[in-house]
Amino acid sequence: MSTAYQIVVCGSIVPDPLQTLEPVAAPTGPALKNEMMLPAVLDPWAGHALYEAANLAKNQPGSKVWLVSLGPKAKLQQVMMTVAQKVPFELVALDGSASGFTDATETAAALADAIAAIPGLDKSRLLVFGGWESASRGAGATLQMVGERLGIVDQFQGVDQLTVNADGSLEILERIEGGKHQVSKCAGASALLGWATGNLPEPKNNPQVGMVNMRTVMPALQKAKPVKFAGDGLNFTSVALPKQLRETQIVKEKSPDDIAKEIVEWIKK
Amino acid sequence: MSDQPAIERLRMDADIVCVGFGPATAGFLTTLSRQLVNADGTPAVESAVMPGMPPQVLCYERADDIGFGVSGIVTRAQALRASFPEIKTAGIPMAAPVGEEKVLYLLDPHGASRRSAALRCADALIRATKFMLPFEHHALNLPWTPSFLHKHDGLILSMGQFMQWVGAQVQSTGAVQIWPGTPVAEALIEERRAPARPFSAQPSQHAEPVLGAPKVIGVRLLDQGVDKKGNPSDGFTPGMDVHAALTVVADGSIGPIGRQLDEVFGMPNGNHTRDWAVGMKFVVDLPADTSLKPGTVLHTFGYPEPEIFGFLYVHPDRVASLGIFVPSWFDSPARTAYRYLQHWMLHPYLWRYLKGGRLRSWGAKTLGESGKHGEPHLTGDGYARIGEGSGTTNVLTGSGVDEAWATGTQLAEAVLELLKAKKPFTRQNLDETYVKRRRASWVEAEGRVAEKSRDGFQKGVATGMIGMALAGLTNGKFSLGSAPVQLWKRIPTVEDYFAGKISPEEIAKIRAECKTKNVSLHGALMDKAGWPAIPFDGQLLVSHQDALLMGGKVQAPHGYADHVVFLHPELCEKCGARICIEACSGQAIYPGENGVPAFDREKCVHCGACLWNCSQADPENPERMNIAFRAGTGGLHSAEN
Repeated sequence: MSTAYQIVVCGSIVPDPLQTLEPVAAPTGPALKNEMMLPAVLDPWAGHALYEAANLAKNQPGSKVWLVSLGPKAKLQQVMMTVAQKVPFELVALDGSASGFTDATETAAALADAIAAIPGLDKSRLLVFGGWESASRGAGATLQMVGERLGIVDQFQGVDQLTVNADGSLEILERIEGGKHQVSKCAGASALLGWATGNLPEPKNNPQVGMVNMRTVMPALQKAKPVKFAGDGLNFTSVALPKQLRETQIVKEKSPDDIAKEIVEWIKK
Repeated sequence: MSDQPAIERLRMDADIVCVGFGPATAGFLTTLSRQLVNADGTPAVESAVMPGMPPQVLCYERADDIGFGVSGIVTRAQALRASFPEIKTAGIPMAAPVGEEKVLYLLDPHGASRRSAALRCADALIRATKFMLPFEHHALNLPWTPSFLHKHDGLILSMGQFMQWVGAQVQSTGAVQIWPGTPVAEALIEERRAPARPFSAQPSQHAEPVLGAPKVIGVRLLDQGVDKKGNPSDGFTPGMDVHAALTVVADGSIGPIGRQLDEVFGMPNGNHTRDWAVGMKFVVDLPADTSLKPGTVLHTFGYPEPEIFGFLYVHPDRVASLGIFVPSWFDSPARTAYRYLQHWMLHPYLWRYLKGGRLRSWGAKTLGESGKHGEPHLTGDGYARIGEGSGTTNVLTGSGVDEAWATGTQLAEAVLELLKAKKPFTRQNLDETYVKRRRASWVEAEGRVAEKSRDGFQKGVATGMIGMALAGLTNGKFSLGSAPVQLWKRIPTVEDYFAGKISPEEIAKIRAECKTKNVSLHGALMDKAGWPAIPFDGQLLVSHQDALLMGGKVQAPHGYADHVVFLHPELCEKCGARICIEACSGQAIYPGENGVPAFDREKCVHCGACLWNCSQADPENPERMNIAFRAGTGGLHSAEN
């Protein structure tokens, strides 16, 4: 039995992880210094979710993938230039902050409203995907609330694998303590899956996919709905980067065991 | 015939495909995208591959994002303002109107630089009369500089931020698509004779020559999922063929497509690309109490070596772009931009501004500095060339971005004219539209003045400076010196270069020690020659390796072939200089087995220094050296440069 799923991936942008980040106090609350000047990438957790969604859609004929993305429009446009070459999807863009210094409840409400407004949405075929610990949203709280607002009761977090059984039921591997997986089953859509890393590599760039995606990406960006967060009751007492101690070595020929031993010794110091 | 099976490649059709998203392509796409669609949304001109739609225009950029790997500049912004009349108030991050401009002659406070007798005399005279001169902190502020060096009413820009801003403008029209992280491996050429060397993984050296006029019919994208040598590996995805009626080649001075076309079509008689410079820069957070005002422009010469030029531009919010250019005529076989950059920053005149500053970003790039000398065939059937790789850089005024942008807009106007007239992109039609516009423009007029202005540097720094002034003040009627010769013909040995400072025996000892440590020579040689140690402070004065990680954020995605290839390893084995190792901006080239340098793709910043800094001529082409710099992805991840 094959189901044509409607797979909605919630995924936003984060600063390119290679950048040096510095929290600063802005008039509207905490922010990252020069955030609009830093290059951005698709949140890596959401990226795994997107690639898993595309893979599922490929294997389930008739399925379709939407990417619902909340972020500053200019930055979303920039990131789409890279992401749109990876897998086919239709973008639903929301123009607002992706800083992470926003109330997860408000973010979830905006995302859920955008999903509910997708024309032709059929909840009996709906799978909502996202990053389990999305870097700018934190610990899956947002995704869980998105599901609750959409009335999705079957929710799974820390997902590494999804299998669609012959009877249409879903078998899901969720990460648990000790490097193990919990195997869960549910009857089928609707369901929400917060992905861990999954098992798929990042897809290669495909110019044909990019060209097709761009026909919907640009119009979606042009009509991106502005999202303003009230931030009522939200207060950040302090924001700081973890303290870092940096020592650089370039080593090419060392075994993983030796590297591990050296790191342990270094930490002990 | 090759016994390797042909690789099946997907094909895609577009109307126009651009190679590289630098300022030239940005100018091209800015102008083009505004005129492809009417105000009511209907196509102003129609696509040949998608009838009823506007032309399908694609641009492929090799870097991981647009605005990575380009440099900070000061520009008159003549062409930029023509495209964006409100550019000064457009809110481009890090942009500042040009304010105070100074040209400084830096004297050597350590006595370690290699100065000619004439310069030593000049230095002594300046020091003796310094109480009468605008002299402070071992630097002479030139009281007068010719107008062609000035950038009055211009802009200081971070090219990274400017390119991101332009990219957003262009993309938001919806009329063109820009795809970063997608290198172009080669131009597709129809009805050609076989080139001297294959450019793709598919061997073509045995292909039968095909007679007929060569025509560029599009591009082939780089193979993904291959090993270091380009052999298919996990997830092999052959690069797609993108066919287009017009290929716009704008991949800069080291771009593989421009260089491929140079090999296939040759250079116009007498033209060459023998002049270049390695530019290396920092973006720095200046100390909180800095006295430097936004818009300040400092240009320096004389130190750390007389041949090395420096610059410092001040952006808003206490941020400065600063760096040096190590030019082709600095004939040191141990040239290293990184260590020289640190000595330059530590010069007393500059260090008083920089002490307490912090590194934000770092990058390097080579610049084609042959100007008009380096102009290739600008057009052919199915292709046109714009920007730095087409010889636009003005070496007299020290300007390149504005000129590159201008040629992009000229080509866009020509393309629109041809599209509206439904004329094909033949060489003749492109000559009558694009080249005609270019020849009639200020880019050409100023390029002619600058054409021989730097030839004097072949005879020495003093001659070079006089030659520049002479050419500039006489509108190019007079100049000094002669056309440069190839690097491999003139570069001295390490022993000859350091004669009088380091004995051959000491050099032999240094060679042996460096070989044991598997490191380059320049550090030990400079120490021995009297250069003081760099007092690392962990925030501005950092190791080269840390500059890559903290400033450049360098990385390379998995699954691509090495783009730096040593063509004839046997030449490397007997090479005594190995300048490629000394000059590598990212320490990506290092001593390898049997004397053949090794290459680490993950550290390459794609500056192209190795391409120029090789002392061994390619036996098949004396204008080329023994290193091929092919299409590759990765590199810098900083958008502030």
